[in-house]
Amino acid sequence: MSSLIASTSRRVFDFHGGIHPSEHKSDSNQTTISRAPIPPELILPVQQHIGKPAIITVAVGDKVLKGQRIAQADGFVSTHVHAPTSGTIVDIGDRPIPHPSGMTELCVILAPDSEDKWCELEPEEHYENLSIEAIQSKVRAAGIAGMGGAGFPTDIKLQPPQQDKVATLILNAAECEPYITADDRLMRERADEIVKGIEIIAYALQPGECLIGIEDNKPEAVAALNSAVKGTRIEVVVVPTKYPSGGEKQLIKLLTDKEVPSGKIPADIGIVCQNVATAAAVYRAVRFGEPLISRITTLTGQQFNQAGNVEVLLGTPISWLLENYGYQPSNPERLILGGPMMGYALHDRDTPVIKTTNCILAPANDELPLSDPAQACIRCGLCADACPAELLPQQLYWFARAQEHEKAEHHNLFDCIECGACSYVCPSSIPLVHYYRHAKSEIKQQRLDHEKSDRARIRFEARVERLEREQAEKEAKRQARADAAAKAQAEKALAAKNEENKDAMPANSGVDPKQAAIEAALARKSTVQQDKTSSPAELKEAWGKAQAKLDKMLDALDNAKENAPEQVEKLTRAVEKNQVRVNQAKQSYEKSQSENAATPSTAINSNAAPALSQADISQLETNLAKAEAKLANMSDSLTQAKQDQPELVEKLERAVAKNKVRVQAANQALLDARATLKQEEG
Amino acid sequence: MSLITTAILALAALAIAFGALLGFAAIRFRVEGNPLVDQIDGILPQTQCGQCGHPGCRPYAEGIANGEDINKCPPGGESTIQALADLLDVEPMALDAEHGEETVKKVAIIREDECIGCTKCIQACPVDAILGAAKHMHTVIESECTGCDLCVEPCPVDCIDMVPVDAGLAGWKWNSPSQSNIIATDAQPFKSISAA
Ligand code: SF4
Ligand code: SF4
Ligand code: SF4
Ligand code: SF4
Repeated sequence: MSSLIASTSRRVFDFHGGIHPSEHKSDSNQTTISRAPIPPELILPVQQHIGKPAIITVAVGDKVLKGQRIAQADGFVSTHVHAPTSGTIVDIGDRPIPHPSGMTELCVILAPDSEDKWCELEPEEHYENLSIEAIQSKVRAAGIAGMGGAGFPTDIKLQPPQQDKVATLILNAAECEPYITADDRLMRERADEIVKGIEIIAYALQPGECLIGIEDNKPEAVAALNSAVKGTRIEVVVVPTKYPSGGEKQLIKLLTDKEVPSGKIPADIGIVCQNVATAAAVYRAVRFGEPLISRITTLTGQQFNQAGNVEVLLGTPISWLLENYGYQPSNPERLILGGPMMGYALHDRDTPVIKTTNCILAPANDELPLSDPAQACIRCGLCADACPAELLPQQLYWFARAQEHEKAEHHNLFDCIECGACSYVCPSSIPLVHYYRHAKSEIKQQRLDHEKSDRARIRFEARVERLEREQAEKEAKRQARADAAAKAQAEKALAAKNEENKDAMPANSGVDPKQAAIEAALARKSTVQQDKTSSPAELKEAWGKAQAKLDKMLDALDNAKENAPEQVEKLTRAVEKNQVRVNQAKQSYEKSQSENAATPSTAINSNAAPALSQADISQLETNLAKAEAKLANMSDSLTQAKQDQPELVEKLERAVAKNKVRVQAANQALLDARATLKQEEG
Repeated sequence: MSLITTAILALAALAIAFGALLGFAAIRFRVEGNPLVDQIDGILPQTQCGQCGHPGCRPYAEGIANGEDINKCPPGGESTIQALADLLDVEPMALDAEHGEETVKKVAIIREDECIGCTKCIQACPVDAILGAAKHMHTVIESECTGCDLCVEPCPVDCIDMVPVDAGLAGWKWNSPSQSNIIATDAQPFKSISAA
């Protein structure tokens, strides 16, 4: 191995912290990659990448060919989804997806037809014939997303930065997480594909140099790569094994001694990182036009009889792999998606393999023992020594625990790569990373809420402003009209003086029938109100409301007297009408008061009754009153609509009918409650 | 004697110079508006629902700045009260039930085929989150709706529903480990082993 390291001339740097967990790589890297059989059903989530979910472009019952697009990228940060084999779309619906939440998400379900027939592809023997844009669009069309685990759409990373050149292209082959050997096996067996893929990526990005970073625990892969890169500008750089050397920022530090500033991405310092498996996928996409429809996944852990790496079609249910590779469930069962450091528990065996699924780990109970219950932090500082991001994990822990999100942010919580090194070394077994994840998601939520409330504030203020403006405009118009009216009035008066003897105003005769109708309506309403046995409190409320309305009107009237003389008449009429209403309300309130006084026994009884049911009843009474008011409102609209909007009548009638039922229900509920109350009293 | 005079003169000159400087700074760098009200307004959820008894969040912010209780905003709930208490350096208190309870976040949805296009809801919506025109179907711009509930009452045909927001995966949050003492890889609690 030392000869291997010596063969690379380049100086390798070091990053802060890091740990050396037991590797368990040989559990799964001894056998060649096998091909998983096609399952009876493929589950294809629309979200297999970072960004917006893809939009489904097929329907249930459609026949699709292998490689055909079934969902389309939605916007810039998104990727297409393709059919991994030929078959029929049998369902589109929510299924569990690989996610720490164990939640479901929209999936397309494909029943393979065992023909495995490709759709038409567009191969290109010489990528040099293509423009950079054509390569990007080919990669985009292939739906490739970073296969190292994050799943960032690859085509975006193939766009060279506008301002400056890419200084270094780094291929991440470190695969530092214990147990996982998918990239290791891929490099051993398909190093040429990887190197050709890197050449295509380098063609698109035109980097100053191109490095493959690989840990020294994979000597076979190093050898394979070294022979594949002969004659190219690509350099294989072997770095010492230390977790997490495969972290993007850590690998950059190891290879270039550059640090990505907090809150920045590697592209900001002229570096682009890609995963080796992604490079292989890029090669197949450009050379053969093949979309990303399968990936290599490590099946490992003592509960697998045949641990190893499999090339599996995307969408293959994990349960199918478990069945086919000799899985013995431990008791209690425990399955992990990803490695032991950064993976998460699998909630449902029928979760599918997606573009980012690099490992399925089925440890025996004693193989990866659960952590002990957390103890108090003893401020030993081991976590800070181990943290590759040079954070202060114990400090972050206190802040996260106390929900002091602002302070946690000031201590660069968002630079935490969730590598788990701190939890690993913590002698008190504190689930530190979990705290950070929780705090991060809380902060993200708060940011979203804040953004939204800022937007709401702007919209609210804009609306208020608009209303004020409209009001002012109206006011100005009204003023103009009033002036004109006053002028006209003056002229009229002048004219009237000239012809003294005129008949009485005929306007009165026009008002009368309307007035009569209003009074009739009022009378109707008051009888309705008297019909229902309203509680005194409610009547008092009604009285208060009527009084308030009257007050408002009086104000308006005063106002109008000053500014809008033409409205005075109308308002005076309205005030009169309301005065009647207030009087009625007052009367009925006083009447109910006296009735109550006349039947003191009920009053006492209801006082003695349990407060809860009394409250219930008044609640029900309000409900009923509300429903009735609404019904009245609707009926009014209906009458109105019958006159001038016949097209609405039908809808309104439906609404009225619905509301009648509601009123009845409310009434019934009230009666029932009253009866129960009485029974309780009796 | 002349020494004392010089000292007094020098001090007086300094006083005048600094006085002028401060006076200038006070005018030049004057802060517009009331920064405390702005800060409080920044914490309030901007639902503009009026449940606090004010016609919007900003008037309530002004009320708080003038010494009103900080526990009257149900949509903001516990976290808003906490943030306000931190800002104003007072004891956090429980939400005043008189103004309502903290409920799950909701958005308004109009059952569009029942809408008669009366525009009443538009007039009620404080953030202009409803789109429509007279006698035409109306709809809610979900991303802008604050869930204030104000459009429900005026609708004459009752076709507006308040439904809980389902943010799906994007809205999922890691739970707090202090609630469940397990790390991510052991998200299912296996009591039997951890005891062993
Ligand atoms: S999980 Fe975060 S805090 Fe802990 S060691 Fe890794 S980067 Fe540092
Ligand atoms: S390693 Fe654990 S106990 Fe030590 S300081 Fe960090 S959190 Fe505290
Ligand atoms: S749509 Fe309705 S619930 Fe939503 S903000 Fe407007 S008035 Fe409030
Ligand atoms: S209030 Fe109801 S009926 Fe009127 S426009 Fe709004 S949703 Fe449609």
